[in-house]
Amino acid sequence: MVNLGFSIGDLRFRNPVLTASGTFGYGSEFDDFMDVSRLGGIVVKGTTLEPREGNPYPRMAETPSGMLNSVGLQNKGIDYFGKYIYPRISEYDTNVIVNVNGSYVDDYVALAERLNSFDRIPAIELNISCPNVKMGGMAFGTNLGSAREVTRAVRAVYMKKLIVKLSPNVTNIVDFALAVEEEGADAVSLINTLLGMVVDVKRMKPALSTITGGLSGPAVRPVALRMVWQVARAVKIPVIGMGGIMNTDDALQFILAGASAIQVGTASFIDPLASVKILEGIEKYLTDKGISDISDIKGYINR
Amino acid sequence: MAKRIESLTVTDNHRLNSEYFILTLLSPGTLPEMKPAQFAQVRVEGSPDTFLRRPISIHDADRENNTIRLLVQILGKGTETLSRLRQGDQLNIIYPLGNSFSMPLKGQKLLLAGGGCGIAPLLFMAKYLREKGFNIDFLLGFRNRDRVIEYEEYSSLGKVFLTTEDGSMGEKGFLTDHPVLKENRYEQVYCCGPEPMMKAVASWCRMTGAACEVSLENLMGCGIGACLCCVVDTVRGNLCTCIDGPVFNINDLKW
Ligand SMILES: Cc1cc2nc3c(=O)[nH]c(=O)nc-3n(C[C@H](O)[C@H](O)[C@H](O)COP(=O)(O)OP(=O)(O)OC[C@H]3O[C@@H](n4cnc5c(N)ncnc54)[C@H](O)[C@@H]3O)c2cc1C
Ligand SMILES: Cc1cc2nc3c(=O)[nH]c(=O)nc-3n(C[C@H](O)[C@H](O)[C@H](O)COP(=O)(O)O)c2cc1C
Ligand code: FES
Repeated sequence: MVNLGFSIGDLRFRNPVLTASGTFGYGSEFDDFMDVSRLGGIVVKGTTLEPREGNPYPRMAETPSGMLNSVGLQNKGIDYFGKYIYPRISEYDTNVIVNVNGSYVDDYVALAERLNSFDRIPAIELNISCPNVKMGGMAFGTNLGSAREVTRAVRAVYMKKLIVKLSPNVTNIVDFALAVEEEGADAVSLINTLLGMVVDVKRMKPALSTITGGLSGPAVRPVALRMVWQVARAVKIPVIGMGGIMNTDDALQFILAGASAIQVGTASFIDPLASVKILEGIEKYLTDKGISDISDIKGYINR
Repeated sequence: MAKRIESLTVTDNHRLNSEYFILTLLSPGTLPEMKPAQFAQVRVEGSPDTFLRRPISIHDADRENNTIRLLVQILGKGTETLSRLRQGDQLNIIYPLGNSFSMPLKGQKLLLAGGGCGIAPLLFMAKYLREKGFNIDFLLGFRNRDRVIEYEEYSSLGKVFLTTEDGSMGEKGFLTDHPVLKENRYEQVYCCGPEPMMKAVASWCRMTGAACEVSLENLMGCGIGACLCCVVDTVRGNLCTCIDGPVFNINDLKW
């Protein structure tokens, strides 16, 4: 038996494969294809205090080996989540993590406070890196002072595990990782999408209604991997890596570079089974190499 | 109606004209239950430029032989790659996806209206309705005579009224210019095609009081309700074309 588990403090994950927020719905979208409970965890859609309609269509454009999106945090708000989604999602035998968003620090705080009482949600992922909203989002994640402020404020009210999701749209992501670690984050996850754009030459217009959007998929992977490597060397808390992970090899690159766990995002659109295939692949890799614990290869390239 | 991911074998790739072809795909198992207007998310292998799956309607299903047919219009890289598939090739699809056209009431006068690749789901719908004993009329629009496809196929299921933009076959003009719309009192219209066409049909229906359902072709990221990229603005807020649609009643749309 190979030990695939990892921990954030005393919160145990049975394996290092999670799904990325905004790419796996609330899990149920994938029930027809797989047993969601096999995953180490699922991070649900970006959630806000109040319902949000998101940005106007079109909010997606395909790019070489990737896609741009400007969904803009469409969700029905925390009340709806608590009433209709939480009961159902609680049935999964895995760690369900809520991706927390807001326009102001107070929104994040109020939402995190509410989530304290959701017994089956052992952690939140603080999204200070959404590039697709006018207020909040990336504005917090690209300014050191704001990143500190929102992390500190949420840390003060949130009792369980606090993961802070970092934006790659900064000059030095390590500064941000260190800052949120200092303010009490239990883990960091990275990267959120890279700000990009596409122009539709035929229509002579931007492809997205918002002009710019967030780039994801294998196109961003080398950048994401570099950032994960940099951050993992700098912080003591666990690092959850993501960005263009499509298969086992990709996932292992992040772990070898220092990530404790990974999230599968855009890959689930192309192959809804990507996450479980990666899980099986990692197990096989370790077995084939005669390695009994995944922690033995975490950050291996730095040794 | 569980969704599944499956690799099907191409048993035929039939070229209709410079722009359209029909793929026949054999399922390795028994076909799932499928309803008219449902679609498949088709994986186009081989290029970083066809990263996402392509949504294509179920054009036809043959339960006896476990085959489905897809009617595809070559538009860009993905559909161009699909047009080059050969007998024996594998095609990975996720299906069946989306909702479906609703059933008409007994005795209603029905019209199936479409243009371009939007006629694809109408064949499946027509066969479905015929099985249930309904009579149907088709109103199909094409650019010109050379672009008219599958005329015989549709004619075998109902009366076909045609328009071409240049008048080289059928009536000249757009769908809504066809005199059959004045001569008949259609009560339920099912429509799929380019958005301007669907909007024109929708406004005709509003004017005459006919009930109307349209099948939308929004851009899709996932096709399974996970990405929220395919939304359409409705009276109930943004809804996903992939799971709440592709079929919408025009009364729900802000057209
Ligand atoms: C539910 C649904 C059912 C569909 N059924 C069929 C079908 O049965 N047969 C068929 O031929 N097509 C169908 N389509 C449309 C089909 O998905 C697109 O034509 C296809 O994805 C284009 O891929 P491509 O790589 O060839 O073109 P791309 O290279 O991706 O695009 C070429 C050009 O077409 C535009 N374009 C691409 N997709 C769309 C779209 N959905 N709406 C508007 N503009 C678009 C692009 O912006 C670009 O300018 C359906 C779409 C949906 C959502
Ligand atoms: C359609 C879409 C929606 C997303 N929504 C969110 C979100 O609500 N919150 C968030 O933190 N990240 C969101 N993301 C970012 C992903 O969680 C992930 O960080 C990013 O896509 C990089 O990983 P990938 O390349 O594996 O997709 C979204 C990404 C996509 C493609
Ligand atoms: S295409 Fe992803 S939600 Fe509809």
